[in-house]
Formats: sequence, structure tokens, C-alpha cells
Amino acid sequence: MELCIDALSHGYGDTEVLRDLSFTVGEGEIICIIGPSGCGKSTLLRMIGGLERPAAGQVLIAGEPPSGSLNPITYVFQDFALLPWRTVEGNISLVLEDHGIRGKRARAVIDDVLARTKLSDFRTALPRQLSGGMKQRVAIARALSVHPAVMLMDEPLSALDSQTRELLLDDLVELWLRERFSACYVTHNLAEAVRLGHRIVVLSRRPGAIREIVPVDIPLAERADRAVELEPIQRRLWSLMREEAVAADRELTHVA
Amino acid sequence: MSHDPAARPAPQMRPVPFRGGGFTFRPIGWLSPVVFVLLIALWELGSRTGVISSIALPAPSAAFAAFLQLVETGMLWRHMEASLYRLAMGWTGGTILGVLVGLAIALFPPLRAGLSPVVSALFPIPKIALLPLFIVWFGIGEGSKVATILFGTFFPTVIATYGGVDNVDRNLIRMGQSFGLSWLSIVRKIIIPGALPAILSGFRISASIAIVLLVAAEMIGAQYGIGAYILMAGALFAIEQLIAGVAMLSILGLTIGWLIGRAERYFLGWRT
Repeated sequence: MELCIDALSHGYGDTEVLRDLSFTVGEGEIICIIGPSGCGKSTLLRMIGGLERPAAGQVLIAGEPPSGSLNPITYVFQDFALLPWRTVEGNISLVLEDHGIRGKRARAVIDDVLARTKLSDFRTALPRQLSGGMKQRVAIARALSVHPAVMLMDEPLSALDSQTRELLLDDLVELWLRERFSACYVTHNLAEAVRLGHRIVVLSRRPGAIREIVPVDIPLAERADRAVELEPIQRRLWSLMREEAVAADRELTHVA
Repeated sequence: MSHDPAARPAPQMRPVPFRGGGFTFRPIGWLSPVVFVLLIALWELGSRTGVISSIALPAPSAAFAAFLQLVETGMLWRHMEASLYRLAMGWTGGTILGVLVGLAIALFPPLRAGLSPVVSALFPIPKIALLPLFIVWFGIGEGSKVATILFGTFFPTVIATYGGVDNVDRNLIRMGQSFGLSWLSIVRKIIIPGALPAILSGFRISASIAIVLLVAAEMIGAQYGIGAYILMAGALFAIEQLIAGVAMLSILGLTIGWLIGRAERYFLGWRT
């Protein structure tokens, strides 16, 4: 299953937020979306996931989702979005219950995703007992439990401290190597983008338009060891973004 | 300035003064019963020595004797039964309806637009003022008393409930939508548990309103009930009975508060 973003534009009232965006998310491909703050990255992701309607253009699904996919397009949120009154297990079963998966079958799915995200010991913990990194792992486990075809990740590591971020980044790479999921990964962290993205979509400041799509040709598994080769790409991204970021920073100050 | 400690004579060492004290809450469990006992003992002492006139305020022992008399004659259960029945009927009805209407107002925009001004207009009316009207509508018997309590608890519950729903984290709702949860599932599993803290604190407020209204309603045309007992005691200048009745109200209120506290601990254990 592929996603085609076709000439997407959006605005709130008089403010134009997104202008004429077109790109595709291929099967097993991670697309990173970077851009200065306020450029409409999160809005774009909400539209791709069908949580908001674009003013113009559309998001198209090409091909069928793999069989057994309960929720082909699945989110991972920056703030984890776990129900604080449900345990780790309960938070995962929440998204299974509506598909009629309960009891034994649910337990099997939960066991499986908890093992894959190294959470098996935390089954009955409440979210408040978990660290930020653990909470995001639970959110990822929850996303995996519905067998997504495309994961939409909205700055999933931004609320974490840098060491936890590094650990989770490794986990995500490992997970991708096993599962080959497709993803749209929104971030403002260039290092994350070059570590995870097969292609990196660079957005300009508001109204967000595509400045460039930068491919990263090094296989994901080798990136941690070939950091030297990633460095020029990251520098290039920064040079693309720098002026936009400065301008966006000023702009926000004016608005406020 | 030299950074070599050896270059200077060692200055006199002293500890950094501690400034972090105070403003911290430390539970002292034994203190509140001691304060209660002390107050009652002082009061008893004042009455016995004649500092407190027995006409103005009878001794606690006299009030307790009046209470024991109530127990012996079996009237305690009569009064309690009548009051608890009214309280239970009125409060349960008012809160159930209040939660339902509050949810409806919060979830359906036309209802919110249409009903929330009505609720705001009716909420501040002291329901005691409506008691005569309720007597006309529902008769002098149980109906008017239950209706007063029901009305009085209904409005604060409505307001607490829809306020609670409004405060549910939007992101959790969006999460539910993004996983394709049905509308009913989102309401049942995300919105209602998320609004529960506000609903339960609404219960606290409505319970104390219910006790106020109970006494007011029982002071008009009731034969039994704590309010009726207090009114009768006042009319007969049996002040020790009056005090016993008031103490019963206080204990009733404390018990309800304790029960709600237990419910909060049970339902809201997930909070920090």
C-alpha cells in the first residue's frame, strides 16, 4: 500500500498554512518531513491520516492494505496519548476491542507487541509509573498491534531527553529492519531525519511548501556506523532550513 | 583572582544556611481527633462551671443524653430513615439526570447552544425559594421534598459534568479517532473516564447542597426527619435536642464526604 499526497493546500481563515504539496510514501519507505516550527508539519500529518480535511488537493491510497491490517494508517503521537487510567495492557487492548479482538486473541496480540517493544515486564503498569521513553514504547506497541501499513509519527521522540531519544531511535531502526513498515515521520531534529529517512521532505516556513526532497541512499542498518557520510547531508539540510528557521522565528515573535 | 587554594589562607568554613523549610504539607494524623476532643472537653468544662449558660448552649453531655433518648425511644431510626430516604432519592435522581444532561450538553453542539444558557439561568436560583412551588406541584408529602433536593443537585452536577468533558485532553480523543474507535467507544472509554474526576468533585458539592435542602424541606410539613426534629426542638426550646440534631447532620455530612473520598480513591487511583 502506498500513499500519494496530491497537490495538498490548506489554510485557516486568511492564513495560508500549506501550499501545493505533492509526494508519495512508498511501500516500506520512511519519509521524514522537516521544516521550521509553525510550517504546518503536524497539520499535514493530520490530513494524511484523515483527521482533518484539506482545503484543496487530496491524499490517495494506492493498492490494498496488507490482509490483517486493522487500521492501515496509524498514528504515533508526540505526547504519547496514553489513557492514564488504563494499564499498558489496557491501552493496547483499547484499540483492539473495537475490532472485536478480546480475551485470548487480544492477549496473544498484546504479548506479541510487548515482546517486540521490550515491554513484557511492564504489562500491568500504569502510564504514570513509566518514564517518557517507556510511554512512547507503549504507544509504538499500541500502533503495531493494529498491523499498520503506514505509521504517521508526529515528532515521536521530541518529548524525550536526548539519551532516551538515542535509544528509541535505535529501536525504531531495528523495528523497521524487521517489519519494513512505511512511515511519515515528522520531526524538527535533523539528526533523526538523516538516521531514519529514506527521503527527507524539507518544507519552507509558512505557508509550508516543499523546498526540496533529499534522498538518503545509505541503508538504514548501516547509518549508525557511517555517521561521517550522514554529516554532509545533515549540513545540507541545515543550510536549506537555516534561513527559513531564522525567518520563522522572527515571524512568530511578530505574531505574538 | 587566584584559583589555587593553597595560595590563600584557608577562610573560615561554615555551612550554607538552609532556606528550604516551611510551605510543605506534612500530614499529622493524630491532631484532628485531639482538637475535636479538646474542643468538646472545653465546652463541657465551660458548661459545668457555668461560664457557658445552659440556656444559650447546653453541655455536650446533655446533647448526648438527648441523643441517647432518641435511640431508646426508637425515634432515631424513624427520623434517620425519613431523611436518608429523601436524601437518597433526591440526590441519586438529581445526579443521574445531571450526569446524563451534562454529557448530552457537552457532546451535542445544538444542545449546548440551546440548553447551557437555560442551565446557567436556573442554576443560581436558591432552590429553597422554589419549595412552595414544588409543594403546589408535587404535594406537601415526599414529592416536594425529593423534588427540591433533586433540583438542587441536578444543576451543579450538569455544570460539573460538562465542564469535565470539556477538559478531557483533546489529543486522547484524536487518538481514539485515529485508531478508528466508534463514537460510542470514544465516549465510554475516553470521555467519561476523563471527565470522572470533575464529576466526582461535583458529587461532593451536590451532596452538601442536598443536606442543606433536606433540612429546609423537612422544616415545612414533615413529621419525621432530622430537619423536622430540629425544628420541633427549636420550637420547644429543647436546645440540647437541637444540638443533637445538628450533630447528626454533621456526622451525616462527614459520612457522605468519606464515602465520596473512598469512591475517588477507587475510581481515580490512576492519578498521581
